[in-house]
Amino acid sequence: MPIELKMPALSPTMEEGTLAKWLVKEGDTVKSGDIMAEIETDKATMEFEAVDEGTIAKIVVPEGTDGVKVGAVIALIAGEGEDASAAASAPAPSPSPAKAGEGQAGKAGQGEGSAAPSPSPSQSAGADRAPPSPAKAGEGLEGRVKASPLARRMAEAKGIDLGALQGSGPGGRIVKADIEGAQPGAAPKVAAAPAAAPAPAPAPAAPAAPFETEIPHEAVKLSNMRKTIARRLTEAKSTIPHIYLTVDIRLDALLKLRGELNGALAARNVKLSVNDLLIKALAVALKQVPECNVSFTPDQLIKYSRADISVAVSIPGGLITPIVTNADGKGVAAISSEMHELASRAKDGKLQPHEYQGGTASLSNMGMFGIKQFEAVINPPQGMIMAIGAGEKRPYVVDDALQIATVMSATGSFDHRAIDGADGARLMKVFKELVEAPLGMVA
Amino acid sequence: MEPPNVPDTYDLIVLGSGPGGYVAAIRAAQLGLKTAIVERELLGGICLNWGCIPTKALLRSAEVFHYMQHAKDYGLVANQISADLEAVVKRSRGVAKQLNQGVTHLMKKNKIDVHMGDGKLTGKGKLSVTKDGKTTELTARNIIVATGARARDLPFAKADGKRIWTYRHAMTPPEMPTKLLVVGSGAIGIEFASFYRDMGADVTVVEMLDRLVPVEDADVSAFLEKAVKKQGMTTMTGAGVEKLEVSPDGVKASIKGKDGKTVAQEFSHVIVAIGIVPNTENIGLEALGVKTDRGHIVTDGMCRTNVEGIYAIGDVTAPPWLAHKASHEGVIAAEAIAGKHPHAMDPKNIPGCTYCRPQIASVGLTEAKAKEAGYEVRVGNFPFIGNGKAIALGEPEGFVKTVFDAKTGELLGAHMIGAEVTELIQGYTVGKTGELTEAELMETVFPHPTLSEMMHESVLAAYGRALHI
Ligand SMILES: Cc1cc2nc3c(=O)[nH]c(=O)nc-3n(C[C@H](O)[C@H](O)[C@H](O)COP(=O)(O)OP(=O)(O)OC[C@H]3O[C@@H](n4cnc5c(N)ncnc54)[C@H](O)[C@@H]3O)c2cc1C
Repeated sequence: MPIELKMPALSPTMEEGTLAKWLVKEGDTVKSGDIMAEIETDKATMEFEAVDEGTIAKIVVPEGTDGVKVGAVIALIAGEGEDASAAASAPAPSPSPAKAGEGQAGKAGQGEGSAAPSPSPSQSAGADRAPPSPAKAGEGLEGRVKASPLARRMAEAKGIDLGALQGSGPGGRIVKADIEGAQPGAAPKVAAAPAAAPAPAPAPAAPAAPFETEIPHEAVKLSNMRKTIARRLTEAKSTIPHIYLTVDIRLDALLKLRGELNGALAARNVKLSVNDLLIKALAVALKQVPECNVSFTPDQLIKYSRADISVAVSIPGGLITPIVTNADGKGVAAISSEMHELASRAKDGKLQPHEYQGGTASLSNMGMFGIKQFEAVINPPQGMIMAIGAGEKRPYVVDDALQIATVMSATGSFDHRAIDGADGARLMKVFKELVEAPLGMVA
Repeated sequence: MEPPNVPDTYDLIVLGSGPGGYVAAIRAAQLGLKTAIVERELLGGICLNWGCIPTKALLRSAEVFHYMQHAKDYGLVANQISADLEAVVKRSRGVAKQLNQGVTHLMKKNKIDVHMGDGKLTGKGKLSVTKDGKTTELTARNIIVATGARARDLPFAKADGKRIWTYRHAMTPPEMPTKLLVVGSGAIGIEFASFYRDMGADVTVVEMLDRLVPVEDADVSAFLEKAVKKQGMTTMTGAGVEKLEVSPDGVKASIKGKDGKTVAQEFSHVIVAIGIVPNTENIGLEALGVKTDRGHIVTDGMCRTNVEGIYAIGDVTAPPWLAHKASHEGVIAAEAIAGKHPHAMDPKNIPGCTYCRPQIASVGLTEAKAKEAGYEVRVGNFPFIGNGKAIALGEPEGFVKTVFDAKTGELLGAHMIGAEVTELIQGYTVGKTGELTEAELMETVFPHPTLSEMMHESVLAAYGRALHI
């Protein structure tokens, strides 16, 4: 029997991806560890390594194909002693038995559903009898997914992958609260939001009518990253009531401290940016005002006891938010080197999912573009994002006298469902105080 | 060197032995914790001695009396029927006593130390028990406060046990009231109103809010009002008692009606059932900084207070103030203390039962509350008159109402009024807790002939598929 190579789930919530490039061709022999293909997920391009040894008998999914479902057979490998050409002509792999989560609870797949679940994550791509929503990846691994009927139905309607969730009910059963928690974005357990497609179109969306215009143009296919950005921003702006709170912050003390620290750190080859210090300030502020370090879910307020700061980094073709975990507990030098390293890997599309999925709050800095002030869109399930404008020399009143000071405007966007205005205001105040008297946060 | 009389340290001391406290103690003992319980009055608390159980015994007598009076409807002859209130009360006290002894036995069986006396927290993990002027100091790693609650007095007239009664007087009455005023139509008020009405008293119920049993679904309130009026009860909603003047042979009540006019009426007795006051005073909570909200102790889903090592359960905490809620919290608290990971309490899955005639039972959101919460609802309603068993029982009055989330099929609430509905509600509660949708409820086979078939029909009705209407 040829070995079926299947589309891997490269993140816990990945449902489909683009087979960007084959690095092997039919007839090549591969051994465990060889890189066979590049696969583009919603956030990153990842390498797909061979696990089995053998000869590539057939490439089933050609490169450049997008929307390849996790678990779909993408190539066949003939094992040792097998005839590659015979393997290639073996009957097309049949769809795996229906998973418990598929179809109408207890209806559509009764016979099939009770068949012994396959022990490996064998999910055929097209499973043309069921919408792609229900559990795929995790499910096959442990057999049946335990979920309440209500949870199944809600997951189906929202296009949430049950297999990627951890249940909080008896014996790990997935219950309503877990689905609500997994609502586009709001899933602390689920690491990542992207899996949850917005409700209206769980089934493979019918291709939209071609856009027509007389104006000379070029139509560029949307990358997965662009689609994810579009979906998450739409979701954030249409479901989260944002409030915006702006403060002006004097930067002179922070700039001075940065100069001194950089002098001292030069030997260690560390060069702090203003942004590194702001990451630290935000994390410390969140620890001091824990009411703002939260995620809103329909039934629960998740209060984080650690500040993990997602930092918006623009990369070719979009944006990604690598995370400085436990930023309140790290020294600024450590934050700086970590940020440096994350940003450079982000630009190469080499971040691992856990490095950009999660975070408890975000920081977005457009100061380098000369933007004076802006309001950022919250990155769900987080409860707030801090938007940093350019530091500039401004007339500033100090002790009733006009002086010139370096000042920047910072605007916090807060999820008003979870965070009251007064708490948001307190966070802004603490953030301002930390930046204006920065010794307090490095000490 | 340790002083010789250092008291043993318990893993857990439970203060108060109501359905919250004694159940917590049993569960803790099962989990291997060295456990003690402190009680100043009677093991079993309000529920067994002065609440749920004795009232149900009284109401059963009233119900049997009612059936005797309607013997003819069943083709039976019963002549010279009369009620002996003293004997009815005696039976009720006997039932309470039997259960109280049952709790004593359970404590012994589970090797739980019972300390009788007034308990007071004297520090972290420290509790003193005072009885007849003698004080014992106990220490424990954890304390569960389960001191329950007592009846709330009217601000202008204290219950005297003669003319003005709380529930305690009402269940051990010095005499049969002839003309009774019941202030408050919550579960306790309406149950006593129903009891004394069925026993033959002239009963008036005054409710401040605009309908009887105001926490129930509005349809249930409306149905109840009609039913009790038919039984000859007088109800005044949107009305308040402003003054009670006690005289040797009665009470003059000034009642401000819906129309804003105050009228004076004479009654033989008054039952005050306007709510409860938690027993949080003088037990040392303030000194330890335990947070309360309008007297009730604030707890989280695991029954923890804001002070480490101190838990609280039952009536002394947030509503609903029901015995089964207290017991369930007792189990959660004991398991949390033993390092297990119990599920957190979900008030939406706590059923409530009221044993007036007709009975009321409900769980989850009322239709109005569901809409308020933004749900698009599907409502099913099935009347007793469409159910064979109800007709055979001679109980054709009542209905079963279900409220579903139109989007997900989640059962948001169920509301029933009619004979025996208190025994039915658990079916919906199981379904809600297990997160069944309308599909599984429809696929369930209900036995025939039972009243429970109405529960099936009500679900079908919500989806336009009821069979017997
Ligand atoms: C008339 C009536 C009818 C009711 N009917 C129902 C019903 O049908 N169904 C239902 O679910 N609920 C009913 N209830 C409510 C139910 O009785 C309470 O919800 C339940 O008893 C609460 O249990 P608990 O353990 O919190 O407190 P309680 O039962 O009040 O027990 C508290 C115990 O703590 C003791 N205690 C208090 N302070 C101290 C101290 N300092 N030291 C030592 N001991 C102390 C008290 O003596 C008492 O025994 C009824 C209540 C009443 C009054």
